[in-house]
Amino acid sequence: MRPLTFPRLLLRCGYLTIILLIVVVIALKLGAVPVSLYGLGLDLVHLLLRKTTELSSNYDMIVLDIRLPRILLATIVGASLAVAGTAFQALLRNPLADPYVLGVSSGASLGAILALIAQPYLAIPLAFAALVTPVGAFLAAGVTITVVYFLGRREGQVDGSTLLLSGIISASFLSAIIMFLITTLSGRGDLRGMSFWLMGDLSVSLPSTLRWFVAIGFLVATGVIYTTASDLNLLLNGEKEAMHLGVDVRRVRLVVYIAASLLTGLAVSVSGSIGFVGLLVPHVMRMIFGSDHRILIPTSALGGAIAVVIADTLARTVVAPSELPVGAMTALAGAPLFIYLLRRKVA
Amino acid sequence: MAASSNFADSNRASDVRLSVEQVSYAYSANPSQAPLFTLEASSFQARPGEIVAILGPNASGKSTLLKLIAGTQEPLSGRVLLNGFVTRSLTPRIRAQRIAMVQQESPLLFPSRAWEFVLQGRHPHSRSLRFETREDITIARNALAQVGAEHLSDRWMDQISGGEKQRVILARALSQQPLLLLLDEPTLHLDIGSQVGLLDTLRKLAAENRYTVVVVTHELNLAAEYADQVVLLHHGKSLRVGPPAVVYQRELLEQVFQTPLSVESSPSGRPRVTILPGA
Repeated sequence: MRPLTFPRLLLRCGYLTIILLIVVVIALKLGAVPVSLYGLGLDLVHLLLRKTTELSSNYDMIVLDIRLPRILLATIVGASLAVAGTAFQALLRNPLADPYVLGVSSGASLGAILALIAQPYLAIPLAFAALVTPVGAFLAAGVTITVVYFLGRREGQVDGSTLLLSGIISASFLSAIIMFLITTLSGRGDLRGMSFWLMGDLSVSLPSTLRWFVAIGFLVATGVIYTTASDLNLLLNGEKEAMHLGVDVRRVRLVVYIAASLLTGLAVSVSGSIGFVGLLVPHVMRMIFGSDHRILIPTSALGGAIAVVIADTLARTVVAPSELPVGAMTALAGAPLFIYLLRRKVA
Repeated sequence: MAASSNFADSNRASDVRLSVEQVSYAYSANPSQAPLFTLEASSFQARPGEIVAILGPNASGKSTLLKLIAGTQEPLSGRVLLNGFVTRSLTPRIRAQRIAMVQQESPLLFPSRAWEFVLQGRHPHSRSLRFETREDITIARNALAQVGAEHLSDRWMDQISGGEKQRVILARALSQQPLLLLLDEPTLHLDIGSQVGLLDTLRKLAAENRYTVVVVTHELNLAAEYADQVVLLHHGKSLRVGPPAVVYQRELLEQVFQTPLSVESSPSGRPRVTILPGA
């Protein structure tokens, strides 16, 4: 018997944190304007030691104002999607569930667009205007998962293939509505560039209220999901078994669905729908660290951050000076892996 | 805490631990229609260390009665008391500290090792964000030893036989340190040797740890050998409750199970049922 202990949890998260830091530094270096790693490192050290108060102007603008915020956003988006995927997979007892496959990302996209359309007609103080889209995305994500959950039930139990089919069908239905809205409202300036955003786009610079809102929302929602980690472990045995082992299934389900919808809504509202991260990262982490959610949730968060930072760096470098949507990158890598898992687990 | 209550129980062995009082249940798909299934008011009582078998043909209400006892289903009327508390009113956590359920096995989504599975039984006793303590590990290890499955500790749950798996599931129930142990057809799909082995273990555990055990089963002869009390259900009606010798009457069993049979006495003095094919 070797149950999980706190030091072992820290050690594993430590490995991944080091990998994430390395990936972030490389991502800071790569781009249309090359930056010397040595020079950057030297400047960062000087800055930390307070020898200088600012980086040399070149680094200051490109690295700190453009690349760093984008990379930080990529880590939060990646971590949010991976944690949401982990939560959905446990709650629905379906290893193929994730925000994208279940249609929750599409729901959040529609919610964000509807919020954007409605914004001029709502009397919202300017300070909170930036928060209209994430709130709309969160609410629509919550509605979508509720609908898909009930469509996926048969005789009182969630049925794996029915659930996935409901999710995929909801996703294409919602995408059709999104296309309709974007086409008919193409005259409005703020809806331009929407189709790029739909495929996943981290290039938009965000107002700082929105950045903070997303970062705090991520921490709160992930923390809430983490408090249910041992309940989620028991839910893998099925809801009835979990209930007999003392899990308040209804409460856990409600809390985790809301938190996972929040994570999806926040991620989608700032980056569009980036597929496959929520699906594949938890799988890879499960293969490496096992299926104990006390370790799976933090490692998935770190793994999701690593995956999206890499994908976004590739998206902005492979066809430089032009850019690919980051969702196209994750789909290129993710789709083959998804098919492999589908054939292995379901067929 | 569990040890002291067990001690108290053994001093007053005649005390009733489980009291099923006139519980009934009705299931209907639509409230305005006549119920599709009903369980008429049933009652029985059980003391610490006693094994109660619930017998009856398919769809006679056995599993429903078990769920009502477990407190996971709301009865239409009546109540179930465990040490004076209504099982239905307990929170899931407190309920799982007192009642353990061994169900017909459900497939695991992701494989786990036997020891991880047994440690799950400690969940109702621990706080939400806690790592397993030495005490939890000792309890889980003892539970595996009590069912004779220490050697399975590091094996994967999907790579052991059905009989071994049932032992590990039972060990998880024991690590909950319950007062009441409920089993839903635990011997289903097991060969006769594994069935007898499991029931021997169960009887020993009931005697040593003073568990009250309620088993739903189809095995008439095994129930007769191992149960102190039998509840015979037929079409949602509890026809007779009592020791096997009282319940095992030829006419009654023939009527309930719709097959000719004879009832004799086994070498242990318990009734034994023989089916009479083609009679």
